[in-house]
Amino acid sequence: MTHDIILAGFGGQGILFLGKVLAYSGLIDNKEVSWLPSYGPEMRGGTCNCSVVISDEPVGSPLVIEPAVLIAMNSPSLEKFIGSVRPGGTVICDSTIVDSPVTRQDVNVFYIPATDLETENNLKGGANIILLGKLIKETGIISKETFKKAIEKIVPPSKTQLIENNMKAIQVGMDS
Amino acid sequence: MERNLMKGNEAIAEAALRTGCKCFFGYPITPQTEISAYLSKKMPKEGGVFLQAESEIAAINMVLGASASGVRVMTSSSSPGISLKAEGISYIAGSDLPCVIINVQRGGPGLGGIQPSQADYWQATKAIGHGDFHVLVYAPCSVQEMVDTVTKAFDMADSYRMPVIILADGLLGQMMEPVTFPEKKTELPEKPWATNGHGNKRKHNIINSLYLQPDALENSVKNRFERYEELKANHAQAEAYLYEDADIIVAAYGATARIAKSAVNLARESGIKAGLFRPVTLWPFPVKEINEACKNAHTVLCCEMSMGQMIDDVKLALNCSKPVGFFGRTGGIIPKPSEILEEIKKTGGNA
Repeated sequence: MTHDIILAGFGGQGILFLGKVLAYSGLIDNKEVSWLPSYGPEMRGGTCNCSVVISDEPVGSPLVIEPAVLIAMNSPSLEKFIGSVRPGGTVICDSTIVDSPVTRQDVNVFYIPATDLETENNLKGGANIILLGKLIKETGIISKETFKKAIEKIVPPSKTQLIENNMKAIQVGMDS
Repeated sequence: MERNLMKGNEAIAEAALRTGCKCFFGYPITPQTEISAYLSKKMPKEGGVFLQAESEIAAINMVLGASASGVRVMTSSSSPGISLKAEGISYIAGSDLPCVIINVQRGGPGLGGIQPSQADYWQATKAIGHGDFHVLVYAPCSVQEMVDTVTKAFDMADSYRMPVIILADGLLGQMMEPVTFPEKKTELPEKPWATNGHGNKRKHNIINSLYLQPDALENSVKNRFERYEELKANHAQAEAYLYEDADIIVAAYGATARIAKSAVNLARESGIKAGLFRPVTLWPFPVKEINEACKNAHTVLCCEMSMGQMIDDVKLALNCSKPVGFFGRTGGIIPKPSEILEEIKKTGGNA
């Protein structure tokens, strides 16, 4: 089983962090994983994206071309990648920011107002994790327990309060 | 052993520390800057010297000096920066000094771009500087292999007293993969030739690349080439995959080999007997190994992130005994498995 994932949005929305959480989760589940960021000029203020592969087999190309999962945190990212999602794939968008609906009928699209939910729940910067919560609920790529272990590994010891916020954000996403 | 998730660049840096690398001199350039960034934090804490030089040229000459004094030393850069180091690398080779040089390739020529590329194959394997010499060139294809290669590169550099190049690319440098590290090396080989302090206990050593007498220079070059013969005979390395019954062999190195492997698997699924040949050392090129891998194939397809550079060595190694086709993307474009599959079908992989 191989999960090819693309995460995309504006620089600053935590796209690369989201990718890291997923990659660490795969690592904790003893899978083969790869994480490849876009490192071009688009990182400076424009769109930013990241390919993550979680697999039972050694990872071939770390660059995901036909994702089975797309998380899009803005309209340009959705436009850029929606055409490449595999039929039957999962698309999760932040509907607070993404303004036009997906026209493709052969993919499963979930619209989550993640940025609104982030504000309502006082989870500044947590929209990315809210969207991941929805992904966990819909696909089961990783478990909530694995997510917790991954967050504990990534968050530096000086910022342990962030663990709680991330756990809250993932729950908000799972309940949405 | 614990698996860490790490960027290729950072893994190179950590592996160098664990292999006893004492000095690093470099100058920042995308996509390899994380090597410098990592070592700037960690190296001083371990008693080493990290120095960001004023230019690549300065950095490589600092490498020469540190190596002459007998310590393990590394520099890293990306394509345009490696061109700047060319003169220094030739001096290091001419002085029979060991060092490790990392090239995380980006698109060229000129300032080119910052996306992954393999356009420096010719430079690394044929002419990284002026004069009659070679450097040992490794081309890892995963973050773990980068770690293993760094360890090996320092040992080989010391054994053969020559520069070793690790030819990576932006994809391998920037990606994160699980990786495990060896224990830190505590015992390093003696270097009786080093120009370091000895309290008058021995004759003083001289390290030099200048030989004004032609016969002396010819001798020094010939001696070096004898060592190269030993390297060719014993240290060429390659990986071959699904080659026994293959009609078509895809030859690719580094990051492109991973993509080619995916394409080979796709080809097998559609009934085409495809296999993969991946040189791990680009110089010496694994001649014996490629002939073994291609023994039953009627065609070879060389895939690179360039307009076709390794293909020359593939043809030479096979002595033009089989047709060798080519597929490449350049300028920073990473080939897709589906593109390589198409090419496998076109190049006569139909069973």
